[in-house]
Amino acid sequence: MAFPADYRYTKEHEWIKVDGDTGTIGITDHAQDSLGDIVFVELPKTGSDVEAHKAFGTVESVKAVSELFSPVSGTVTAVNDDLATAPEKINSDAHGSWMIKVKLKNPAEANSLMSAADYEKFVAEES
Amino acid sequence: MSSQQTHDPASQLRKTALNAVHRKLGAKMVDFGGWDMPVEYSGLIAEHMAVRTGVGVFDVSHMGDILIIGKQALAAVQHISMNDASKLQIGQAHYSALLYPQGTFVDDVIVHKLGENDYLLVINAGTREKDWNWVRQNVSRFNCHPKEVSDYYTQLAIQGPKAVDVMRKLTDVDLDSVKGYWFKYGTVCGIPNTMVARTGYTGEDGFEIYVPSDEPTSERVWNEVMEAGKEFGIIPCGLGARNTLRLESKMALYGHEISDTINVWEADLGRYAKMDKGDFIGRSALEEAKAAGLKRILVGLEMIERGIGRDGYKIVDDAGNQIGEITSGSPAPFLKKNIALAYLPPAMSAIDTVVNVEIRGQKVRAKVVPTPFYKKPKKAVVSG
Repeated sequence: MAFPADYRYTKEHEWIKVDGDTGTIGITDHAQDSLGDIVFVELPKTGSDVEAHKAFGTVESVKAVSELFSPVSGTVTAVNDDLATAPEKINSDAHGSWMIKVKLKNPAEANSLMSAADYEKFVAEES
Repeated sequence: MSSQQTHDPASQLRKTALNAVHRKLGAKMVDFGGWDMPVEYSGLIAEHMAVRTGVGVFDVSHMGDILIIGKQALAAVQHISMNDASKLQIGQAHYSALLYPQGTFVDDVIVHKLGENDYLLVINAGTREKDWNWVRQNVSRFNCHPKEVSDYYTQLAIQGPKAVDVMRKLTDVDLDSVKGYWFKYGTVCGIPNTMVARTGYTGEDGFEIYVPSDEPTSERVWNEVMEAGKEFGIIPCGLGARNTLRLESKMALYGHEISDTINVWEADLGRYAKMDKGDFIGRSALEEAKAAGLKRILVGLEMIERGIGRDGYKIVDDAGNQIGEITSGSPAPFLKKNIALAYLPPAMSAIDTVVNVEIRGQKVRAKVVPTPFYKKPKKAVVSG
């Protein structure tokens, strides 16, 4: 399992990629695999605020509902609308299927999250 | 590409003889009523679609089996179950239920008439012990012998419009002569006297076979079914697809649509309660319940706004007061709609009535629709 080395990861299985003061957020391949066939994604509106460790949306597979937790605090600058009509893209490419882009309140905040190696270890221990 | 979810060996859970096979296939395993069972292999939607359009195989060995044998076996079965078993011919089965004196459900069952004084009840996995105790106690006054034989059998369900083509390669039973809810005995995968029943829990044509539960036999039969089904695109299917298939077909699930607090009329299963067959446990309570009128009834819902109503979600009026509850709700993979079964007051049960499902604090609109949501297409009769 390859988790991109330039992403950071949460214990709730979200990833974030930081470029300057922008964070791009999605769920990990491990998360999509646990959920199964994803059929529904509910995301916040552009301009709304998200808070670190707080729910910002929902992802649903045929059999389960899962809340999405924001890895960082900030303001939503873009939402991936493709996922509303094609949520199954998360199953086929979780690390490429971003959900929201956020203008970071504190660009250093993501540094405290898990690295790819740490996350891989975390997933191995959790299962 | 996908990360494997390897749950701990779950040693406290019960396992079917095919547990190692499921794990080797990379199935996601879950605790289902105390059983370590596969919830999905290749993916729930693909598995669901395989059964609707081709063929899939399920390990349903966790289901329980109770034999009732003896001179008064029929009288005993009539006493403990609501359908009229006197109407069954040898080789025929029907849907029925074991009821409490209150007219509520111990469990739903398939009753098979094996011989003149010989009946087989196929019961749910999660209720095995409870059912067995209930049956044993309540048949004790009859001249018959109840026997718990669940662990003797590996039960496979081969389901889908192409199930018959797969089975034809594996058995000498004349399958065309086995109609829905009938069964015959024959050689299956080289095993003589094997029961082949045209039953299932998917709303699709299909068969259930009962073979000895030792691991080598179980694995051999599983592999032979997979091999025979290869040309028809057979795939292994888990409990996830089993649930969405039965939901589309409005088949009840114990603990959801039926339970010890829900009666037969409420569950809309009155057509299986034969009130004129003579007395049976729960009958008088059902008569009283019918006279008193229903407070709630099971209906089918279809979401009309964006959202998925799920098990346990509330149905609320416009002011937010609860008026009902969803018992099973899910996206329906074949119908491509979000559907649910729910209890509602009878006044709200008319087709096209619009109700609110409470989803994470929001009211999302759904409407009452006719059920079953899915009905298998009628097959053209081919003669010769």
